[in-house]
Formats: sequence, structure tokens, C-alpha cells
Amino acid sequence: MGAWKEYVANLRGVPRAVWHSLVRQGPPVTDRSRAEAVFQNLFLHIHSTRIHRWSLRWSYTMGLGLICAASFLLLTVTGLLLMFYYKPSTVLAYQSIKDIHYVVPTGRFMRNIHRWGAHLMVIAVLLHMARVFYTSSYRKPREMNWLFGLVLLVLTLGLSFSGYLLPWDQLAYWAVTIGANIAQSPRELTDAIGITRYVDIGGLQKTLLLGSRSVGEDALIRFYVLHVFFLPLLMAAFMGLHFWRIRKDGGLSRPADADERLGPPGEDVTPVFSQAPKKSYGLMAVVRGTGPNVGRGPENTLPSWPHLMTAEAAVFMFTMAVTVALSFFLDAPLKEMANPLVPENPAKAPWYFLGLQEIVSFSAFAGGVLIPMVTLLGLSLIPYLDRETEGVGVWFGAAYRGREVAFRSAVFGLAAVIAVEAFAIRFGWLRSWYPGIPQIVITFFNPGTVLAFLYVAYSVWIIRRENSTRLGAIAIFTCFLAGFIVLTLVGTYFRGPNWEFFWSPSRWPVH
Amino acid sequence: MSVDDRSKALGRRDLLSLAAWGTFCTSLATALVGMFRLPKPSVIPDPSLKVKVGPPGLIPELEYRNVAGRNIFVSRGEEGVFAISAVCTHLGCIVAPVPAGFNCPCHGSRFDALGRIIGGPAPRGLDWLKVTKAPDGELVVDEGEPVPPGTYLKV
Repeated sequence: MGAWKEYVANLRGVPRAVWHSLVRQGPPVTDRSRAEAVFQNLFLHIHSTRIHRWSLRWSYTMGLGLICAASFLLLTVTGLLLMFYYKPSTVLAYQSIKDIHYVVPTGRFMRNIHRWGAHLMVIAVLLHMARVFYTSSYRKPREMNWLFGLVLLVLTLGLSFSGYLLPWDQLAYWAVTIGANIAQSPRELTDAIGITRYVDIGGLQKTLLLGSRSVGEDALIRFYVLHVFFLPLLMAAFMGLHFWRIRKDGGLSRPADADERLGPPGEDVTPVFSQAPKKSYGLMAVVRGTGPNVGRGPENTLPSWPHLMTAEAAVFMFTMAVTVALSFFLDAPLKEMANPLVPENPAKAPWYFLGLQEIVSFSAFAGGVLIPMVTLLGLSLIPYLDRETEGVGVWFGAAYRGREVAFRSAVFGLAAVIAVEAFAIRFGWLRSWYPGIPQIVITFFNPGTVLAFLYVAYSVWIIRRENSTRLGAIAIFTCFLAGFIVLTLVGTYFRGPNWEFFWSPSRWPVH
Repeated sequence: MSVDDRSKALGRRDLLSLAAWGTFCTSLATALVGMFRLPKPSVIPDPSLKVKVGPPGLIPELEYRNVAGRNIFVSRGEEGVFAISAVCTHLGCIVAPVPAGFNCPCHGSRFDALGRIIGGPAPRGLDWLKVTKAPDGELVVDEGEPVPPGTYLKV
């Protein structure tokens, strides 16, 4: 009978036993169990068990990196749901999107969330890059993580561009036609030198992208595979690398005197170690690089559980709330079905590409390939060219004149872009005056390249005048940011049919 | 042979190691070439680029668009029949005929009535396309074969 009693007791205890076999540490009430709550969990253990108080300040990170990750998660889930109904074929794609919009239960809502999530992600990625830049967080040892961040930026834009074709409406078709021809635009250069017959990089890029001469079935399936599998996979891999490097590089950047700046923690926070904790540094000793805690005395860190976890949950909730609210009120657009004979007029890409479209309207190669590539190269080189060490972890670097230089660069950047744009809009450019001018002159001398040259020249002048590479970096980054914003606004709000300038869409000619 | 000389000479293990690395890199490179070759189609899946546009007598003296559902303009001048592609040489939008010639809706390239560039970002004028006469008397335009501007077919 003893066995029977034990059996009944076991039966009663099943839920508790299952729980304890799942979560093996006790409730997170001591420092040790809080640490275990993080590192014994597969999904949480990408976090360190303790986090510096500086990294938790909203005014420092603004949660921007987390918003990127949260939007990606949101996009993965909604995208997966949309895949149940979407059919990647030129005949069925448009109808299946209409079905998702009008017939599928919650389909319209999910598609809206997918669209707004994508927009939010682009904004968050750009702002996150600006945050990292203006706090000098790309400095050693974080150079490589800055580069991974740039890869993530490119992947984000690639994902949104590849997703743009899938609805197979007029907007999609012509935006991707333009994009594919930008990929082909190196021909502008090879044509000018007369070597396209032998080295046709542009043609090769376009063929690889479309699998055909024009946007059709092959292009749609390629974009679909890129959008739902290849790019998300790369994105997840690089996100993993990006997060992992944060820990390997010693947590988020913070000033050397972060502890003094913070002062003692408030009484409401979970107590901080007052002495070095009892833990083994055995592993740390064999790993190259600096762990966040090695060689430090009393730590100004808090346990990740609950402090970081609640902060992350808050950001995820915020991201959800914003996208859901937008999706509730604003529908994702769907134009007429794609018609290869009649382009949209104006044919506009998504807003974050309209700055690019604006300089593409001066020269396809310079605006679509040359300037973006030079910008990316410049961004990649920033951590290797600016190796000053002061001011890490503080907005604009307090000891510097960073704030002042950033402000003056913003003024110069705005003035330059507005002047160049106004000139080009009012007077036209070389082709309007000399129709027979060789294209290669325009490729290298057009409003876009002139603007880029002005920005570079201004930054070089700042480096020499202020005798600081950091201030030069601030100057050029701020200038390009200002240029990007103004060009995007012009492309979005002030360009109408035939890409002509209009003060407002209400003045567009009716046809 | 001194110890020094022996350490400089390529030993048996070094040779095998080099051979192994060579094999590894060669097979990897071959695999990569194969993988990168696949996405570039050897047969372009587009419909045929040659299109019949009707007998010469039906070709109007004014340009008209979308002949046989294609983005080409066919016209007849004093020198003969000619065809101009409607695909803008800037970024591939379809130009629209206007009294002065053609306008591109996407980025504002402008061309005159013979497809020569007169404004905007397009790097060159619109392509002229080869026109031939089929055995049944109809004219055939080949979208895949640009010809020098000013090439006419006498009819």
C-alpha cells in the first residue's frame, strides 16, 4: 500500500514537478537566483546577468536598439501569418493581397501591422545609428559592432525594398522597375568609356536581381524568396552577432566616470553588490578581451532580472502599442494591379528611398550607386579614422565642443542642401543649357555630387580648424543626416507628376 | 644538413598540409562558382522581343503607343519607317508622347520627336529599334536590337 500512497502523492504533485523540471532555480529573490533566472534560460541567456546602471538610462539609449529588435519580431510574426494566404505569382499575388485585405479574418490588421512595423523599424534603425554615433559608441573596442550595425541597416532596407514588390500593384511594379534599373546604372559609366560590351556589371546586377529582362514572374519569386527567407535569415544571424558583440565588448558604452556621474542608487532599486561577489572568474581568465566585471571593485551594476527584463518588456509593449494604434486607423495602400505599359505618375518609392530618388533624378549612377556606396564606405570607416578616446558614452561628448559643432554642421548641411536643391529646381542643370553635353560630365558633376563634395569639404575644414577627428566626424555625419532629411522631404512632399516641383500636392495637374 | 636548414626546407607534413589546403580551397571555390552561376539565367524567360506591327501601309505618320501591347513607337517619315523604344534610358519608366516629343513621368527626362535627349537625367536618347519586313509583308520590330538613331526602313 506504500507504493499506492506514493503514487497518489506523485499524481497530485505532477504540476509542481513539471514546473520544477522546467524552471530549476527557485524564485528570483536573491542575487544568485536572479542571475540563474537569466543564464539558465536559453532565450534570456543572451543577456548578461548583471547590467550597468548607465545602460538602463532612458535618456542614454532611448530604447532604440530594442525597438528595432521588437519591430523585427513583430514583422516576423505578422509576416509568417501573411504567408498563409499570399501567393507569389503575377496572376494571383494581387488578388491574394486583396483577399488578405477584405476577406481574411484580421488579415487587413495583420498586413497593416506588417507595413507600419516596417516603417517603424527603418526609423528606429536610423535613429539608433544616430544615437550610437553621437555618443561615440563606435569607438574601440566596438568598431566591429558598428560595422555589424551597418550590415543590419542595409538588410533592413533590403527587406523593405524586397517586400515592396510583393503586392504586385502599380506602386510595387514601378518602384522595383526603378530599383532594378538603378542596379543596372553602372552602365552609365561603362557606356561612357565604351566597355559595356565586355564588362557589363550593371546588366549582370539587373539580371541577377530580376532573373529576366523586366519585372515579371521570375523577379516576383526572387523577391519573395529574398523577403521571406534569405534576408530574414541573414538578419537574424547578424542580430545574434550584434547582441553577442555588445556583451563581448563590455556591455553598452558608458563614460569612464559613469559611477561618479550616477551617484549612489536610489532606495527603490534592488540592492547593489557592496563587495566583490563570490563568483568564479575561471572562464573569464581564458577568454580574450574584457568582461564587464573583470578587475573592477564594487560594481555599479543591477541584476538583469528584473531591471533589464522590465525595461525590455516596456519597449516591446511600446512598439506593439504604436504599430497597433497606427494599423487601427491607417490602412496599407494598394493601388491598381501592376500594368507594365503605364507607369505611375509620379512613381514614388517608400519614403525612406525618396531622398535617394531625388538625387537619382540628377544622375542614375551617381545618385543610386556612387553616393550611397561612398556614404556606406564613409560610415564604415568612421571608427577607424576617428580614434580619439575622450567623450565615449556621453551625448556629443561633454568635454568637447561636440554639441556646438553638431549644431553648426546642421545649419550648414541644411543651408547647402536647400541652396543646391533650389538652384537645380529653379535653373535646371547642365543638360537644360547644353543638351549635347556628354553624360559622364553630368554623372560626376550634378547637384547630388556637388552636395556630397560640399559636405566632405566642410568636414575636412572642421578637422583642420578644430584639430579633432571626432569633430570632423560629427560634422560630416550631421551634414549627411540633414541632407538626407531635406531630400526625403522634397521627394515626399514637393515632387509631383513628371517629378516636377510643386509646393503642395493640391497643385498637381489633374488628368 | 644542419638543423637550421632542415627547419627551412619544406617538410613532408608541410607539403601534405599545403595540398590539403589547396584541395579544400579549390573545392570550395568550385562549389561557390556553381552556386553563383545558378541565379544568372542562360535563357531569358521574357516573351519574344520580335513583334509584328502590321503592314507598312498601316503605319501612321504620327507616333502612337503600345503597338501590339509593347512599349514601342512606330512611325513613318519621308525616309521610311522607324521604331523608337518607349523605355526611358534613365530608369526604365515608359515615356509618354507629348507635342514636343516624349516625356518621362518618373524623373522628368524629356526627348524630342526623334527620341533625342533635350532635358532631365536620362544618359542618352531613346533607343531606335531594328525594323525588318517579314515574308508576309508585315513589319517586324526587334525590341532586343537597338540600331543607330536615324536608321530607317525604306518601304
